[in-house]
Amino acid sequence: MQIYLPIAEVSVNAFLLLGIGGIVGILSGMFGVGGGFLITPLLFFVGIPPAVAVATSANQVVASSVSGVLAHLKRRTVDLKMGGVLLAGGLIGAAAGVQVFNILRQRGQVDLLVELCYVVFLGIIGSLMFVESLKALRKTRAGGVAPRRKHNWVHNLPLKMKFRTSGLYISVIPPLLVGILVGVLSAIMGVGGGFIMVPAMIYLLGMPTKVVIGTSLFQIIFVTGFATIMHATTNRTVDLILALFLLLGGVIGAQIGTQLGTKLRAEQLRILLAVIVLAVCAKIALDLLLQPTELFSLSNSLGGM
Amino acid sequence: MRRLALAVLLFLAAPVAAEDVVASLSSNEVAITTNFNGSEILIFGAVRREAPIPLDAPLEVIITVEGPSRPVVVRRKDRVLGIWANTEMVDVAAAPTFYAVSTTSPFEEVLSDANDQRHRISVPRAIRAVSSGVEDQSAFIEALIRIRQDEDLYQYNEAAVTLRQSTLFDTAVQLPANLVEGDYRMRIFLTRSGEVISQLESDISVRKVGLERLTYNLAQNQPLLYGILSLLIAIAAGWLASAAFRLIRT
Repeated sequence: MQIYLPIAEVSVNAFLLLGIGGIVGILSGMFGVGGGFLITPLLFFVGIPPAVAVATSANQVVASSVSGVLAHLKRRTVDLKMGGVLLAGGLIGAAAGVQVFNILRQRGQVDLLVELCYVVFLGIIGSLMFVESLKALRKTRAGGVAPRRKHNWVHNLPLKMKFRTSGLYISVIPPLLVGILVGVLSAIMGVGGGFIMVPAMIYLLGMPTKVVIGTSLFQIIFVTGFATIMHATTNRTVDLILALFLLLGGVIGAQIGTQLGTKLRAEQLRILLAVIVLAVCAKIALDLLLQPTELFSLSNSLGGM
Repeated sequence: MRRLALAVLLFLAAPVAAEDVVASLSSNEVAITTNFNGSEILIFGAVRREAPIPLDAPLEVIITVEGPSRPVVVRRKDRVLGIWANTEMVDVAAAPTFYAVSTTSPFEEVLSDANDQRHRISVPRAIRAVSSGVEDQSAFIEALIRIRQDEDLYQYNEAAVTLRQSTLFDTAVQLPANLVEGDYRMRIFLTRSGEVISQLESDISVRKVGLERLTYNLAQNQPLLYGILSLLIAIAAGWLASAAFRLIRT
């Protein structure tokens, strides 16, 4: 069944859109990533103009995150206090990131920078997570107990705060900084930033994996919600019909993903996410390194992305 | 006075249009609905003449259908430090979003270059001049045409017009699903030995209707409201799915 999208002005298969939404929704529910880093390239692939793809996927991420957060709230695996601190940092970072993005856009080459950002960050985070979770998996297999969280410099900063859900008593400065960093990157890369947020919370802040996912989803709702409004008012590139089909697949997928997530062990979850992150990274890197079959590309003069 | 007389003389000396074209379309409106999947337009017509059919050269028919023009940027990738990056670009002031040329015979045989230039009939001529500092600008224009041809947005349908007894002609033009809305211009040219002897123009209106129209208008005219609406739908969908799954489980 073909569907004509009024803003994108292209006609695409409805089941294809439902499928894309579903797959990304499953990942979102399982790992607490918004899925923006996956859905945007997938939409490019089916022929949606980049500007519409970026804006609409932000809207889709809101829906799957809401669905996921509600499931996590029920299981009390959302640290609202930590989420609030991260969000405060995130909004500061996003505001700064938008400025950086505009400057780069005026210089041209913003597409290349976005792709390089993807390769570098996905590559670093993916390989770090992969190595770490492989080690953890081997340790638990050998019969040893999971390693206790180490006290590092993060625990010696002032302005300490109690985060009961996470079982942490740490300074607010590191989560605030993580929030700002993720805010900047998500404004530049056009994603929710879950794939940076999740590992940062696990490895930098030492939060338990089960709490990390719900908390990450919680703050992604606000960051992507903000992005949706920005795109709708400045670029007018949010396609409601496209969003509806992605949503329908996405919210169902998110519920299935949350169920799957409870059945898998934390280390297995992390290894899976690492593999997906590395796969996307490799795909983007190959696109940059291999000679494309069509050297020329078309875009309307308005869209930078 | 002498000048006026000369003008009148010239006018009389000019060949009176001996052959005239009359034509019609299967529909002059295309509605883009939610399940729009391309459309076909039938164009048919006849040649009206008050004199016997001239036998010096065969009569040929050219039919063009042209979508609204929009600016487009063509970029070329080059290898920079091992990475394929966009380097040079050409700003095309206006290129038709859709362009189909249908003819009775191969294009070079039905139209002379001078006439093509005057009436802007072939695809490269329909694209408005560009300004850029790039040396091989024509490569960029060729790329634009090649990419759009692959998407069926630019079409050369040679020998697609059937002409019967030098009088009746008809053709069908396929409009792809990826159509931009606007006023499409249909032109019919009659030619003999490469010269245009008669032409006719008509409009086809391509419009979004129903839900498509509503969404598009809201996005353009009430962007903030539209953004909030998108958000509310997203939140509601997320909540509904969560509630539905909770019901299923219990």
